[in-house]
Amino acid sequence: MLELTQIRKAFNQGKHNEYWALAGIDLAIPEKQVTALRGPSGSGKTTLLTILGCLARPTEGRVRLKGEDISGLPERFLTEIRRQTFGFIFQQFNLIRGLSAIENVVLPAYPTGRPRKELLEKAEALLADVNLGHRREAKVEWLSGGEQQRVAICRALINDPEVLIADEPTANLDTRLAGEFLGILEGLADKGRTIILTSHDPMVVESEIVNFIVTLRDGKIVEQ
Amino acid sequence: MKIWIEKQKHLIDFTLASLARRKGKNLGLLFIYGLLVFVLASVALYTHALRTEAQKVLAGTPEIVLQRLVAGRHDLIPPGYIEKIGRIRGVQKKEGRLWGYYYDSVVKANYTFMAPRNMQVARGEIIVGPALERSRGLAAGNGISFRSYSGELHTFIVADVLPQTSELVSADLVLMHEEDFRAFFKYPEGHVTDVALSVANPQEIKNVALKLMDALPDSRPILRDEVLRTYASVFDWREGIMLALLSAAILAFGIFAWEKAAGLSAEEKREIGILKAIGWETGDVIKMKFWEGLLISLLAFLLGYIAAYLHVFHFGSILFEPVLKGWAVLYPSFTLTPHIDGLQVATLFFFTVFPYTAAVLVPIWRAATTDPDTVMRG
Ligand SMILES: Nc1ncnc2c1ncn2[C@@H]1O[C@H](COP(=O)(O)OP(=O)(O)OP(=O)(O)O)[C@@H](O)[C@H]1O
Ligand SMILES: [Mg+2]
Repeated sequence: MLELTQIRKAFNQGKHNEYWALAGIDLAIPEKQVTALRGPSGSGKTTLLTILGCLARPTEGRVRLKGEDISGLPERFLTEIRRQTFGFIFQQFNLIRGLSAIENVVLPAYPTGRPRKELLEKAEALLADVNLGHRREAKVEWLSGGEQQRVAICRALINDPEVLIADEPTANLDTRLAGEFLGILEGLADKGRTIILTSHDPMVVESEIVNFIVTLRDGKIVEQ
Repeated sequence: MKIWIEKQKHLIDFTLASLARRKGKNLGLLFIYGLLVFVLASVALYTHALRTEAQKVLAGTPEIVLQRLVAGRHDLIPPGYIEKIGRIRGVQKKEGRLWGYYYDSVVKANYTFMAPRNMQVARGEIIVGPALERSRGLAAGNGISFRSYSGELHTFIVADVLPQTSELVSADLVLMHEEDFRAFFKYPEGHVTDVALSVANPQEIKNVALKLMDALPDSRPILRDEVLRTYASVFDWREGIMLALLSAAILAFGIFAWEKAAGLSAEEKREIGILKAIGWETGDVIKMKFWEGLLISLLAFLLGYIAAYLHVFHFGSILFEPVLKGWAVLYPSFTLTPHIDGLQVATLFFFTVFPYTAAVLVPIWRAATTDPDTVMRG
């Protein structure tokens, strides 16, 4: 599905505080599987995730999506790929405050120009799937952490992406909510989505829904 | 095409939702912005209406008005004076006019009393302008008394009220029979106030004036064109002051808008990052903000313009009176004829909506082109 070859990523390149967060990564993400990235803080998990999800470009190396080299594509195309192929669940959820749950869910679909009615129906179905149907008109800042995350999941799914990307999805949840999250994740994995996540949480990394574990240290893969 | 429209609809939807979220900030902005448009539009509407009004006033007046001077001051024209002018080529008509000012101490206003030549007013009757109709509550058939300068009371019946075509022309007019006029002012028999000369060919006006000065060395010809120019320069001068004040205001507004926009709040920046991360293109974000700017400025423009219209044409420009109406002593109180000029609206629109929209877009553009991966890190 996704293949990385010799990926290196530098921050502040050429300046005195130049820092190589990724130092040569070769990795293949299998299709329709759940892959977990783990490693100590600062090892480059989030950085790797941004590259996998086309949020950032590697300083060196190639990214191939379904065999096609996308590392050299201009911003516009990357955005389109991101929109069509990836759904993101951020650690801080990153919902837009002041808007209702359902409005947040449909946001990624605006640039596609799909009719609003269709979008709202879809969003409603997604919210109902995660037991949030009754909260769809609530402003997101009134929702609990667990509810916010479920809204974020629905938002990640509105464009029907093949790949779901989640950075520390359980970091802000207690054990019960983390368990619920894993349940939702399992359902999505069963439906054949490719899932990539990072986590410190043994509960996530060691759960049986994770098919592959990649361990990072100092910007390198130490175990796969 | 359909997708494009649907996309714009989405963007506008989102824009409206996000405007509603920052109500305080946006209402404040709308208010200041609308105020600016209001002031600008008021000045523009007011001066434009005044100018049109003045042109209407002068359009009805003769090309040359001849006054007689005694010791450098305007004096009555004695009998036989007009005949002395003789035949001058180009002059189509010459006639003496009878008019004068009357101060009405009841309502503290000046009227122009006049014995018209082109209109028959029966003895004991008057025809009044709309200003009198208003201030003294007159209607056809009413009687009214004026105390003349010699102290006697003269009573007239109002035969008619002049139509309200242009108030400046006719607002304070009181038309009466020549005999009544002379009796009221104790105007000497055979004398007139001034002489009106019609000249058909505008090129000949100057020549005619020169010949008049030759024939009657104690006369002063007043050319309509000169009066027009004087009016124009008076208006321009007043407008100039207003514009100077206004450009200062605009500048202040520009700085304000720039700061508002440039100081994108952390929240707004975060939102732009989120939108980009979830698949909005830089262009989509900018378009959304463009709609936002456009909606605000359009609304401000509409509100400001409508308020200005009401201010100028329904509330007599009360706010400008001190600056703009120094000459209103001549024409006590009047309402301007409502008039909207397309070009003027366009100019105003361009100078208010355009700079704001541009000022908003620049910082947005900067924020929107940052890398989307920053949202991954709180
Ligand atoms: N924009 C940036 N500028 C400079 N350095 C950065 C930037 N982003 C990340 N880094 C550095 O890159 C390294 C890897 O960061 P990254 O966020 O990928 O780590 P992580 O494995 O996700 O850590 P954590 O488990 O704490 O989330 C860190 O040392 C971090 O300080
Ligand atoms: Mg991280």
